[in-house]
Amino acid sequence: MAISFPSQATPARKNPVSQLLQLSWPWRITLGYMSIMLLLPVSALLLKASSEKPADFWRIATSPIALATYDVTFVTSLIAAAIDGVFGVLIAWVLVRYDFPGKRLIDAAIDLPFALPTSVAGLTLATVYSERGWIGSLLAPFGIKIAFTRLGVGVAMLFISLPFVVRTLQPVLQEMEHEIEEAAWCLGASQWQTFWHVVLPPLFPAILTGVALGFARAVGEYGSVVIVASNVPFNDLIASVLIIQRLEQYDYSGATVIGTVLLTISLLILLAINLLQAWGRRYEL
Amino acid sequence: MNSNLAGHSFNPGSPDSPSSSPTKERRWVKPVLIGVAIAYLSLILFLPALNVVVQAFKEGVGPFLTNLTEANFVHAVKLTVLIALIVVPMNIVFGLCAAWVIARNQFRGRAFLISLLDIPFAVSPVVAGLMIVLLYGRNGWFGPWLEAANIKIIFAMPAMVLASAFITMPFVAREVIPVLEEAGSEQEEAAKTLGANDWQIFWRVTLPNIRWGLLYGVLLTNARTMGEFGAVSVVSGNLTGKTQTLPLFVEEAYKQYQTQSAFSAAVLLGGLALITLVLKEILERKTQIKDVVE
Repeated sequence: MAISFPSQATPARKNPVSQLLQLSWPWRITLGYMSIMLLLPVSALLLKASSEKPADFWRIATSPIALATYDVTFVTSLIAAAIDGVFGVLIAWVLVRYDFPGKRLIDAAIDLPFALPTSVAGLTLATVYSERGWIGSLLAPFGIKIAFTRLGVGVAMLFISLPFVVRTLQPVLQEMEHEIEEAAWCLGASQWQTFWHVVLPPLFPAILTGVALGFARAVGEYGSVVIVASNVPFNDLIASVLIIQRLEQYDYSGATVIGTVLLTISLLILLAINLLQAWGRRYEL
Repeated sequence: MNSNLAGHSFNPGSPDSPSSSPTKERRWVKPVLIGVAIAYLSLILFLPALNVVVQAFKEGVGPFLTNLTEANFVHAVKLTVLIALIVVPMNIVFGLCAAWVIARNQFRGRAFLISLLDIPFAVSPVVAGLMIVLLYGRNGWFGPWLEAANIKIIFAMPAMVLASAFITMPFVAREVIPVLEEAGSEQEEAAKTLGANDWQIFWRVTLPNIRWGLLYGVLLTNARTMGEFGAVSVVSGNLTGKTQTLPLFVEEAYKQYQTQSAFSAAVLLGGLALITLVLKEILERKTQIKDVVE
């Protein structure tokens, strides 16, 4: 493990075992629990993946069915996160800047996708957006099917990632000073110019962070998507569902390889989010 | 959310020349923006949420109550609560320890430890479940040994506990670290000089300082544990009446075309979500935390 302890900084290094025994209980519990519950499972996946021959790994990771699931997972997530980015800015703006009846309630309801178990979300979205559902039945005459298609996957991802954009933006918007906008107006800028050139630029890191968080969540989403989609390969099958299908066929290699691809991309997104947040902090002063 | 901050109307125009002032927002902008926001939220959030309640009570309260007394349903509720009763205390102890280690110590690798703690939020629950299977499954690392000792982990409760604990590991630590940092260590040091032992310091000084942050973390841990679907679905085998939690019951009932019973269970989980949101709102007012939860 790459974690070192304060006592290790002293020049006289003792053997690690005796150092571990000297640690206080919170240290022991933290390191022990994280090793057993977190590092061990992650290593199990990575070691199983590395036991595959590189050629086999590449073949499974880039098989047509796997590529199709990446397309559905990542492209749909990206589009959903981008749409939520636009509407998230609007919702955060409305909630921070305006006063209207029911605002508190709406504000609290933004967290619903987080609190609601994903299988419930999938169940109700599949019903509402089905051909006989409240919204689906309005679109059916136009030949638009949402539930059990890729559009349904997108709707589930919209649902799941919305709070991330709104909650990331709200505090930033709240701290933004009105004076700058007023100055822009006084200098003769139009509303649109003010929004585009004055309001939006400092919000940009927060918007990107929110969209990235929403994207990360949508990529990892399973529960609501598996219910709202028909899970047909090359159509609306996402990577997470493919992993489960591989496991059900006792194809551990297939599941591991695709799981590793998904894990790697998730960690890269996490890294990107950390960099984005560091960038956003430059605007805080 | 601070309503006094949000109470500003977007209208800083000077009072004597309201109509000619370029700083006055056009009158239609506010209602249109609010309208679009509410319309979008209705499509994505409100109608689906309302639909859960309407569908559950479509045939009246009687069938709804009958669904709630069905044996498999009752078992699913019990299992869900039992898993939460195991996972939440585990992650409270770990979360408090990890928060103390991170907030009260400067050491090499501290940033690395914080990043490690973020992993459960970043990985897909299905991948988390896969890791548990690769570790404890029949072909996994400990598989042969567990089989020899006749210990069943995969497709049984232990794996469901492990998976839920993995997914919810960071919540408590994440919420406690900022409050612990803010509280500072002066009071703890004062208590120590006055002769309090570590245990007394924790119960009488540290815990009262961090209680709201801790409760917030516990709330999130509990909500996620009870609602977890992906990871639990991979490791449980989803055996009806045996390893089926409430979220799994919802999916299974829906797949079996028992929509009514699926929605009855969904209402219960929706109620849990509602309670969580209300408590969250109360705690947010106490702590002034409003961060995005992953």
